[in-house]
Amino acid sequence: MEDANMQIEMYRRMVTIRKFEEEVDRLFKAQEIPGFIHLSLGQEAVAVGTCFALQNGDVITSTHRGHHYCIAKGLDIKLMMAELYGRSTGLQRGKGGSMHVSDFGKGVFGGYGIVGGGIPIATGVALASALQGLTTVSVAFFSDGACNTGIFYESLNMAAIWDLPVIFVCDNNQWAVSTPVKSMMRIEEVSDRAKAHGIPGITVDGNDVTTLYHAAEEAAQRARNGKGPTLINAVTYRLGGHFVGDPEHNRGKDEIEKWKKKCPIRQMEARLQKENILNIDDVKNIETQVSSEIEDAIQFARSSPHPEPEEALQNVFAEVGYDK
Amino acid sequence: MTSEKPHYRGIVETKSPKDGTRFRRAVAEALREEMLRDETIFLLGQDIGKNGGPFGVTLGLYDEFGPKRLLDTPICEPTMVGMAVGAALMGMRPVVEVMFMDFLLSATDQIVNNVAKMRYMYGEEGGLPLVIRAPCGAGLQAGPTHGQSLYSIFAHIPGLKVVVPSTPYDAKGLLITSLRENNPVLFIEHMRLYRIMGEVPSESYSIPFGQARIQREGKDVTVVAMLAMMYEALNAAEELQQEGISIEVIDPRTLVPLDVDKILDSVKKTGRLVVVDESPVRCGIQSEIASVVGERAFDFLDAPIQRVGPLDAPIPFSPVLERVVLPGRKNIVEAVKKVMS
Repeated sequence: MEDANMQIEMYRRMVTIRKFEEEVDRLFKAQEIPGFIHLSLGQEAVAVGTCFALQNGDVITSTHRGHHYCIAKGLDIKLMMAELYGRSTGLQRGKGGSMHVSDFGKGVFGGYGIVGGGIPIATGVALASALQGLTTVSVAFFSDGACNTGIFYESLNMAAIWDLPVIFVCDNNQWAVSTPVKSMMRIEEVSDRAKAHGIPGITVDGNDVTTLYHAAEEAAQRARNGKGPTLINAVTYRLGGHFVGDPEHNRGKDEIEKWKKKCPIRQMEARLQKENILNIDDVKNIETQVSSEIEDAIQFARSSPHPEPEEALQNVFAEVGYDK
Repeated sequence: MTSEKPHYRGIVETKSPKDGTRFRRAVAEALREEMLRDETIFLLGQDIGKNGGPFGVTLGLYDEFGPKRLLDTPICEPTMVGMAVGAALMGMRPVVEVMFMDFLLSATDQIVNNVAKMRYMYGEEGGLPLVIRAPCGAGLQAGPTHGQSLYSIFAHIPGLKVVVPSTPYDAKGLLITSLRENNPVLFIEHMRLYRIMGEVPSESYSIPFGQARIQREGKDVTVVAMLAMMYEALNAAEELQQEGISIEVIDPRTLVPLDVDKILDSVKKTGRLVVVDESPVRCGIQSEIASVVGERAFDFLDAPIQRVGPLDAPIPFSPVLERVVLPGRKNIVEAVKKVMS
């Protein structure tokens, strides 16, 4: 890969995601964060590799397990944390919570709590891009669970028949709650499904951020050149449970340990040190800075006001009136 | 009603004025005028392009606007709706045409969990200028899965507007409003009304939501009826007139928002209410309207409210059985006489 500064930034972003998620885990268990939390521990490379390959104006759709996509896309972690805390300073003014964190101004067009729910939306963004002659590319993020839904099939088909500029990224963490991916498919890899729609599909190492970056860059180029969609199956691993507090009766400890050793962040750290792009002090500095930023985010969230009661009824509908 | 042997319930031929504009043409006029005015409007649906729509609603539009404004899609209602959401988030104004309201159900997740909630969760940027059009309604022997009236299900969900025009005039005016509001609208057309004629101005006009219309004034009983049942209620009014009973027929025209005030004003005058619809009665729109009036005009009621609807069964195909199950003039008359006794 090319630019050393970008590589450092990608590393830094993955560290940010990891520390953000670790802190959210801790705060949720300390009962400071309400509701449910679905952590993206271990899946940092898929988010960062893909999002860094996109251009300004490109759009992604996020999921119930989407903190890493949001941070990779550059969302303000203070405002994200405030949203998790349900405060009115949160990105969704506390109306959405963890599963719906997004920021349209930065190209995150919603987080979707229903598995697969955002896939057709990303496809529709691509349709609008094509109809209006824009260069916007959209990315639908989802995981192995969504690959067996009807809406996944329908969306790939729609994108295929109209050559829509959308990239379907399966952030394949290999577990849908307690269900292992291979038990729910007869085919070998998720990417085999691309053949059914006549579009290209590839399987890549989801823990190598460089690989993701190149795969996403190529897919984005294809899309922008009117060559249509791509299905990227990025094989990674969900280090935590489905949700914080998941007893995980069906997962083996050995498997989790095995994948911890393939940590995407440690991999990149080792490579950057070997290539003399980072040294041990740089790593420590990044760690300290990131920890401090996250601490600021937590303080911001803790000291933010709760929404006023009347906000419960706001924005059910737009004010009635003509748009033009 | 259900303890007796089921009997033919008397749908008569839906009477239509002899001239004017056909309902389906009024819909097309609204689409055309708004598509000329707003180039972000485009349609998604099966067979709506060169074919002119399975019921001829979009006939002529493809020749004028072409394949980038009228998109023929494969059969995938969930993704049609989901893609419409994505396009709306990009500043376009999609119109999803679903062939039968019965098929809308497969898109319920996208409608309830995304369409209805985007603005609430994401604020103004999540606002969706989006219209879903679908025909409802039985009486054409299309069978149990091709003629249901299911708008009560969607009227139930916060964040969706539901429009139920009964005349060509209302169809055009309400669809134009739907295409200008920055809110998701479910625009329901009744299958039996596509061929109905009526007076429709050729110029553009829009009818605000939440304004019911008194289709016929009366003093003895208020009858709330929409879509095809509005015509049945007018038939019933003629019959009841012969017996000296005068009913006031109110057509809500939109269910969300509902013009409760107009209905209450009428009930305060008559003291009696019958609500009739093709929706199943249990948890249906008849029940909702009856409850609201019971809650807010209790002191004005001289008799319990009557809800009229189909028998508690799916709609059968057999022409004989269909007429047994569906409500019509006969049981509107029966219900009116019941509240008068």
